[in-house]
Amino acid sequence: MRKTQRLITFILLFVVFSLPLKAQEESDNDFDLLLSNLDVHGFYEIRSGYRIRKDKYEKDMSIMEQRFQVEMSSYLDWADFKVKGDVYGDLVEEQADFDLREAFIFTRPFSFMDIKIGRQILTWGTGDLIFINDLFPKDWQSFFIGRDTEYLKAPSDALKVSLFSDLANLDVVYTPRFDHDRFISGERISYWNSNLGRIAGRDAVVHTNKPDRWFRDYEIAARLYKNINNYEYALYAYRGYWKSPGGQDPTGTQAIFPDLNVYGASVRGNVAKGIGNLEFGYYESDEDQSGHTGRINNSELRFLAGYSQEIGKNFTGGIQYYVEHMLDYGQYKDSMPSGLDRDRDRHLVTFRLTKLLMNQNLRCSLFTYFSPSDKDVYMRPNVNYKATDNLALEAGANIFFGDYPGTFFGQFRNNTNIYTAVRYSF
Amino acid sequence: MKTLLAFTIVFVFPWVLFAADDSNQPQKIADVETIINKANVMAYYQGTDGKAKVTMTITDKKGLTRNREFIILRKDDKDGGDQKYYVYFQRPADVRGMVFMVHKYVALEKDDDRWLYLPGLDLVKRIAASDKRTSFVGSDFLYEDVSGRSLAEDAHELIETTDEYYVIKNVPKKPDTVEFAYYNVSIGRQTFLPMKMEFYDKNNKLYRTIESKKVEMLEAKQGEEIVKYPTVVQSVVSDLTTGGKTEMEFSDIKYNTDLKDDLFTERYLRRPPREAIR
Repeated sequence: MRKTQRLITFILLFVVFSLPLKAQEESDNDFDLLLSNLDVHGFYEIRSGYRIRKDKYEKDMSIMEQRFQVEMSSYLDWADFKVKGDVYGDLVEEQADFDLREAFIFTRPFSFMDIKIGRQILTWGTGDLIFINDLFPKDWQSFFIGRDTEYLKAPSDALKVSLFSDLANLDVVYTPRFDHDRFISGERISYWNSNLGRIAGRDAVVHTNKPDRWFRDYEIAARLYKNINNYEYALYAYRGYWKSPGGQDPTGTQAIFPDLNVYGASVRGNVAKGIGNLEFGYYESDEDQSGHTGRINNSELRFLAGYSQEIGKNFTGGIQYYVEHMLDYGQYKDSMPSGLDRDRDRHLVTFRLTKLLMNQNLRCSLFTYFSPSDKDVYMRPNVNYKATDNLALEAGANIFFGDYPGTFFGQFRNNTNIYTAVRYSF
Repeated sequence: MKTLLAFTIVFVFPWVLFAADDSNQPQKIADVETIINKANVMAYYQGTDGKAKVTMTITDKKGLTRNREFIILRKDDKDGGDQKYYVYFQRPADVRGMVFMVHKYVALEKDDDRWLYLPGLDLVKRIAASDKRTSFVGSDFLYEDVSGRSLAEDAHELIETTDEYYVIKNVPKKPDTVEFAYYNVSIGRQTFLPMKMEFYDKNNKLYRTIESKKVEMLEAKQGEEIVKYPTVVQSVVSDLTTGGKTEMEFSDIKYNTDLKDDLFTERYLRRPPREAIR
């Protein structure tokens, strides 16, 4: 898998660098221009974290890495270019790796059209750390072990075409080969393994069978949106696959990514003294329309309502309510051994508090997920201090509670960790 | 006798005033509304749109400095009316590429709309913005200092006219929503630019000043003709309580470059227009 990832990386790098080279043939000055317009930035970071509960399936270190990110951007008359990549060495996985985060060409060929092609980070939708219609890849592992929030978004290798008009705007994202989440596999985070009926980790790393054929196992996502008096309305559609494993093959040995279609809508705008948002999505689990097969995810309705407001000087608060509603619950329940089935509805409430202190150089924040139906909690306290314009110090934790071992956050109880980081940006 | 006095007041005084008005001298007496309206336009609405590169140096009480660099684009609906702002951050490195956008409304009952774009996450955030008297990017400048305080928020009184300045006292109509009791603004009689703002607390103690340190006459096209706009290119805010100060310098200032309305939309938040970043 890593090999193919590297291959794609090289192909993309080649594309990014060869296109300007092709331009160079047309005009000798272009390459010089590209170089003279080159802008280089990045950071160096050390991040270390430990588990504070004993986990017999994982190492005590939750993260122990050095990371060097370089971002290079440049432009010519007809396009912008950007390459951003991380080299990092990690003692938990005991290896060094390269993560190409972005490598794209952006162009505005017409006044009504934007095109972005290559490796890119993509985000849309209205939720705060909750995603319904944003089906771009996430990196849940990075999120739970305490990397910067930036790493929650994993890159896509995609073509994004945006069309703009007075009537409405349209974004279409075509991903020629399925980009799945960097999901919890047991390698670094222990999880509930329903086959074993217990918590598992490095002893039972999830094996997957991924759709990975170019141009056949593609994803397509679209957003039609319009701003009316600064209320942002959007309609969404997606055709692809469950982004994290959403079922098992018939033998129960491999996790699979079943077909998924999603249709949704959202609105965001001013409400009272703050910002309110509503989002809705219908998840059509295409390989199990009627819900007979317990081994494949049920179709679902997902709904989110959120509100955030300034509650004091340099102090903001946010609250969200989110629900996942299974559509063929009866069929699902019949197919599951009793006691292992989940509730029909998963309710989730989130709270965010952010306070800025010391001339906004110190940011204290707490994000909490709480599920009254699953009876589990996930808290993300974080303190970030900018000692100088270049140097930032950070400390935080990922805290999981749960009454049951099989619930969404409850299964991660033993992964509760604390971390610190130092980052020098340039 | 009384009739003569009345005659003098009604006919002679206005004549004197008009005569003064006709001369090249700055207006001798102007009413407070005219002054503040004109000063507001000169300070925040010069031209129909504007672009500038801004460098901020924030110095804390210990003398430690931090720098901010950003490019700011502004477009007015009309003089004294609603405005749109686009701010593209270049420094410090950790906020490079971040964009802050504001649709500012003059109507008191309507909160501004604010957006923030975070490039690392490709995330367009809406920001709840009820308090305009919080620090702008950690500096001693407040949001309101950068984009202007609505004239309707205060009662204005001309308290002094010197050779150089009109001094206006501004008393908030809703004192509990702000940290000051009142502030005085010295407005240049020639340029109508606010040259000094002095903020007083409830105990009548001066605790904060904003000074325009340098003014330049900048050429701009207004329709077919070339005009000169007086522009503050350097200003300093001092917090007398904390001992901190922030210096703000403007360069590469351009007026009336015909910025399009759609520049202040999500499209350009996600991917800045070239004129905003170069």
